[in-house]
Amino acid sequence: MTKAYPAEARSRGQKRVQGRVCSGTAEIDAAGLETRELNDHLRDLMLAGTEKAVLKDVCGQRYIGTRLYSPEHRKMEIEIFGTPGNDLGAFLFGHKIRVHGNAQDGVGNTMDDGEIVIEGRAGDVTGFSMRGGKIFVRENVGYRTALHMKEYNEKRPVMVIGGTSQDFLGEYMAGGIVILLGLHGKPHKGNFIGNGMHGGVIYLRGSVDKTQVGGQVDISPPDEADREIIERYVSEFIERFPEIGLDKEQILNSDFVRLSPRSKRPYGKLYAY
Amino acid sequence: MFTLCLEFKIIMPRKRRELYNKEICACSIFGAMNRDGDRFTAEGVMKAIANMHVRGNGLGGGFAAYGIYPDYRDYYALHLMFTGHDWEAKRSAKQDFDAFLCENFDVVHDEEVPHRDESTVTDPPLVWRYFVLPNKKGDEAQLSDEDYVVKKVMWVNTQIEKAFVFSSGKNMGCFKGVGYPEEIGEYFMLDRLYRAYTWTAHGRFPTNTQAWWGGAHPFSLLDISVVHNGEISSYGTNRWYLEMYGYACTLQTDTEVIAYAADLLMRRQHLPVELVAKILAPPIWNSIDRMNESERKLLTALRMVYGPLLMNGPFAIIIGQTGKMIGLTDRIRLRPLTAATRGAMFYLSSEEAAIRLISPQLDDVWTPNGGEPVVGELKNIRMVKDEVIRLS
Repeated sequence: MTKAYPAEARSRGQKRVQGRVCSGTAEIDAAGLETRELNDHLRDLMLAGTEKAVLKDVCGQRYIGTRLYSPEHRKMEIEIFGTPGNDLGAFLFGHKIRVHGNAQDGVGNTMDDGEIVIEGRAGDVTGFSMRGGKIFVRENVGYRTALHMKEYNEKRPVMVIGGTSQDFLGEYMAGGIVILLGLHGKPHKGNFIGNGMHGGVIYLRGSVDKTQVGGQVDISPPDEADREIIERYVSEFIERFPEIGLDKEQILNSDFVRLSPRSKRPYGKLYAY
Repeated sequence: MFTLCLEFKIIMPRKRRELYNKEICACSIFGAMNRDGDRFTAEGVMKAIANMHVRGNGLGGGFAAYGIYPDYRDYYALHLMFTGHDWEAKRSAKQDFDAFLCENFDVVHDEEVPHRDESTVTDPPLVWRYFVLPNKKGDEAQLSDEDYVVKKVMWVNTQIEKAFVFSSGKNMGCFKGVGYPEEIGEYFMLDRLYRAYTWTAHGRFPTNTQAWWGGAHPFSLLDISVVHNGEISSYGTNRWYLEMYGYACTLQTDTEVIAYAADLLMRRQHLPVELVAKILAPPIWNSIDRMNESERKLLTALRMVYGPLLMNGPFAIIIGQTGKMIGLTDRIRLRPLTAATRGAMFYLSSEEAAIRLISPQLDDVWTPNGGEPVVGELKNIRMVKDEVIRLS
């Protein structure tokens, strides 16, 4: 049988960068590579000044794009074919990742800056503790999306989801912007939206029932400033996914609702005495 | 008088409680089913579960396979584990069990479960399989065959030291042990010797209990098998409730209660899987309050009647059954489960990548909502006439 971790892949100190490097673009065949080896390769490529890395046959390797910090703040583009493993782009330091397919759980976990584009669906805890950068998901996302997303001064994370989300969207959210476009054409069924939310804002295209959102969340129509934000990020979304065949107006012509927290300290009274 | 009572209670020696029945893990689970009933080897399933290698730590792996014994499909296939420090201890446990077996069952065939000697597993027990029919006598003649088998399995697991029945269904079997699942699969040669229409697999990461061969997943009773990722924090309550129905928890892992609960609810009480899911993973009261009246009444009644079978804590499970494969997560999905279909194939997995590895093209991929079961069913069970594949 084929083992996930063949002996030849396990031994260290082989030629580090497999594959071809041409005009700033490198290709890595990820089949059979361990998580750590793949990320070592990526790091070597970044330090060698590669502008773009194309990963072929990715299958479950985790933390792709993490550990890519350099003192000169080098930036790289990473293109992924296959299915990346959990925590894709964790702690991402300003790089750009595009996945031609679905992603698993924990996309953009605590990401700092950069951009992640998923041409498919993403799993649970997408954008968990995200503190900067942008995530675009063409289809749906799983549970606990944008869990404890946060913002500080000029760092304001943005997530745009083409479809819808399962339960606990924006749980304990402390900052940032989440936009759900509902392009899958069905009502949003997620419950417990914004449970414990105390910062940031969620925009939903379509409608949501009061019982679906957490007690601390206000549902209101978006004002002019909100409209501008929505328009900007919807434009960016369709730029990244021209294949959906919709233009900006078709999406913006529908109603949006704005979900925002009533209080910055929802549990102040619960724990203070 | 009152004070006396109180003092008496305080000085009463407390019954020693065992505290090792708990585990937390980041296990991997995987299931593959051919809904047309075409049977296939474990080769792909072993590749898939190996792809989630990092989720386990090599302290437990196992497989359940349905449709592997067509020649003996009418007999209960008992898989036995005889543990002990040396060969003699294992043989002696087997002798004790054999004596019991002759008294209570008619044995049509028995053999050691074939395995590789050169394998990397450590301290394997003696694993034997028996194909049997109940030999009911006296008062026990009134029991159904299934109840009789369950009773005897419980008797063996509690009364015969070092002998454990870990699989007891018809035309199905579990294979499990200490090691990575791919190692266990190789040890029992599942990729060469068996063909099943459903395979489920498990890689384990035990932290609260010691790893031993009997404590690996799947857990099975009759034809129900369970692989589980998570932790049942309600284990004590569940175990106490199941003991009232004659289920003895002996394998030192929380998952055992799910297998017995499934047997109680699905086989003995004939509840459909949709209701069973609402018993094991009921919606929270807030959600029940929002339902329409009939749903609210039903779910309230289920929570009242079956409160002690609520499985609290995070879990994702795959339940295997003759002709069925069921995936379920806890009500707020604290453990991952991805479902996918491709033609007649139905997959359940902790991670999508494992499915894509053996089936790059999929018709549909989704992550089921917490507490909502996904059920794959055989469209038609073909009466497969082919031979049992034997070792040459």
